[in-house]
Amino acid sequence: MNQDRRTFLGHTGKLLVLTAAAAAAWEHVLAGAPENAPTYNTKEHWWGMAIDIEKCIGCGTCVRACKTENDVPIEDKYFRTWVERYVVDIRDLEHPHVESPNGGYAGFHEREVKDPNYKMFFVPKLCNHCTHSPCVQVCPVGATFESPDGVVLVDRQYCLGCRYCVQACPYGCRFIDPRVETVDKCSLCYHRITKGMTTACCETCPTGARKLADLKDPKDPIHAFLRDHKVQVLKPQMATGAKMYYNGLDGSVR
Amino acid sequence: MEPRPSDYRHLVRMAGLFVVGISTFLVLRSVFVPKDYGLFGPFNPGALQQNMDHPIKFAGQATCVVCHTEQADLRAKGRHANVACESCHGALAVHAQAQTDGKTSAKPQRPDPRQTCVVCHTASISKPKAFPQVDPAEHAPEGPCTACHVQPHNPKIA
Amino acid sequence: MNGVEGFIYPNEIELQWSVLIVLYPFITGLVAGAFILASLERVFNVEAVKPTYRLALLTALAFMLVAPLPLQMHLGHPERSLEMYLTPHTTSAMAMFGFVYLWYLMVVLVLEIWLDYRKEIVLKWRSSEGWMRTLYGAMALWSDNISESALKLDDRLGKAITVIGIPSAFLLHGYVGFIFGSIKANPWWSTPLMPIVFLFSAITSGIACILLMYFATCWYRKVVVDMRCVDTIAKYLFYAFVVDFTLEMVDLIQRIYEADESFRALDFMVHTRLFTSQIVVQILLGTVLPIAMLGLTQLLRIKDTMRRAIYVAAGMLTLMGIFAMRWNVVIGGQLFSKSFLGYTTYKMEFATREGILPALVLMALPFGILWVLIRLLPPWGHEEQAHINRA
Repeated sequence: MNQDRRTFLGHTGKLLVLTAAAAAAWEHVLAGAPENAPTYNTKEHWWGMAIDIEKCIGCGTCVRACKTENDVPIEDKYFRTWVERYVVDIRDLEHPHVESPNGGYAGFHEREVKDPNYKMFFVPKLCNHCTHSPCVQVCPVGATFESPDGVVLVDRQYCLGCRYCVQACPYGCRFIDPRVETVDKCSLCYHRITKGMTTACCETCPTGARKLADLKDPKDPIHAFLRDHKVQVLKPQMATGAKMYYNGLDGSVR
Repeated sequence: MEPRPSDYRHLVRMAGLFVVGISTFLVLRSVFVPKDYGLFGPFNPGALQQNMDHPIKFAGQATCVVCHTEQADLRAKGRHANVACESCHGALAVHAQAQTDGKTSAKPQRPDPRQTCVVCHTASISKPKAFPQVDPAEHAPEGPCTACHVQPHNPKIA
Repeated sequence: MNGVEGFIYPNEIELQWSVLIVLYPFITGLVAGAFILASLERVFNVEAVKPTYRLALLTALAFMLVAPLPLQMHLGHPERSLEMYLTPHTTSAMAMFGFVYLWYLMVVLVLEIWLDYRKEIVLKWRSSEGWMRTLYGAMALWSDNISESALKLDDRLGKAITVIGIPSAFLLHGYVGFIFGSIKANPWWSTPLMPIVFLFSAITSGIACILLMYFATCWYRKVVVDMRCVDTIAKYLFYAFVVDFTLEMVDLIQRIYEADESFRALDFMVHTRLFTSQIVVQILLGTVLPIAMLGLTQLLRIKDTMRRAIYVAAGMLTLMGIFAMRWNVVIGGQLFSKSFLGYTTYKMEFATREGILPALVLMALPFGILWVLIRLLPPWGHEEQAHINRA
């Protein structure tokens, strides 16, 4: 065969292969149909939480309830929610003493410090379900995302376990579930709130320190909460758009 | 000297390799990426359903009071009015489901008449002052709390 | 709690990124640096470093091929890693870096090496037998046109690729710096200077690596070292290192001066847990000492044998210093709590998936690959031919 015919066959062969590939690709694109849309309407809700520091007694019921409800590993390295105790010397507000024994799972041991220079309180913490979430921003594959109703969720089947989101979260609320090697964190009990229930932590909190809030519901007590209290979010300087609103959050809280 | 077409041949072949590579990538993409990826944002919408499908362990007090009306009425009159059933009784969705199914299994255990109370009511300087709290070492150290606070749902001593 | 000091958020006990993630920027840094050195000759016509041109390209390729491996070994689900290419999240630096990597590997490195070596590949194709012949044929894409006009085309295209390659190399390692520098949650990482610091430390490490490779290959081949070449390389190493050190010092001085909320915690960490690796290994032994040694060779007249010894020693110290810098950034950034109230420790294991043993194997692997590449595509003996082709 001379050069020209060989070249021609080469070109035609390439063209055929490419056309076949393109056809296969287009088939796949056309054949697919979106999965059934969920019956719960995400557009009607915008989830947050109201946390009242002045009511928290550090009993740890929320931590235990969350671990039960969400099948969180029992070791003291993995928490979807936890409680911290702050022991603040009022002469040195910038350097509080903080502790969280097993995340507050079994409550807190007593510290009888009756010194009037100290104030103490409990701070429950969880994922803040940020609207401008840095963890969502850095996920390389979209395995963590913000749902249309404002909950930051994890796609366990898609997560690579690269841990970039754990690095990016300013609040330390993410961890790697060692049993499946993917990331895990508070999901705001999405499986409960989409069925009209409240989260496990809010359900079992005996003092009402934690209350689930639907910011799109005009009858939700969150609106009065935000209006009538001095509220703060954790680390406001990070501008994450956090939606866990704290009443009575002291300036010393990290 | 002007380059002839045969001088370009190797470059054309290399370009062809790149085209094959890119096409393969596109085919892989259509095969492996879930069909509705990107519907609500840069994620797989199936994950929403996945997150909704977890099993429920806490039934929620709204479910408990449907059957346990007596306890619910007692509670509503006292200081435990806003304490959910499962705060003390633990996760009981299994029990609620069993009852609905007509089975008598999964009968919940009675909460310990001292430990359950001590968890919240142990006095601590860290707790809000208005919260009712006692030192367990001094306040009836031996007996169960129910010795005096007979009805835990409304713990007021009559 | 073992190894924990002060208060850390409960989820922070274990470090997320291990020594493998230290290895990864180190390796990609060597790639970027080696390429910049090669481009000095190709684009800026610094004739003196020509003996290292092909060696630098092959070294870059060998390290580039190994670069994804520490990442794959670190992932919880490496089998899902293709997702980064199929559905990249465009706001994620990590995802977009996958494409930068692919671009750099395929377009810059592979194409440039292929174009530069094509004549030798075709000649070897013609003169080999058996499966070597098939291999070389495949590498030539079964085109045996090495006429002058074809080679001129190659040269022009190769030059264009090198020109694109320089900003691509900047992007390659600048991106790795951005992956860290863009994390506002971590004050040890978060600084706009991070991509630039990473880039210049990459250039420094790459140049040092090629300098050492050149000495090693000359020794192995029992060939006389071209002093003009190593003097020039050492000069560029000196300049790059001075810029790198200046940038890092600027960052440090600014931190100390501004003393924001994280400063106390970070300062304490550097003085305690990070003292050996940062102050001693990275700054004193790994930066100040080699800069001083190289500076001496620039300022004073020193005998050839002495200069060679200084270059080798300085090169090794440089590599150690840049590795320590990666260690201090990655591990150091995870030793303190984001509450700024406590610290944890890094427990490096030995033979687990992310332990020291795999790390050592991964560092040795590029040299194995390079050995194969040098066998297939010898980077020496053709300088005269290449020079004629480009005239």
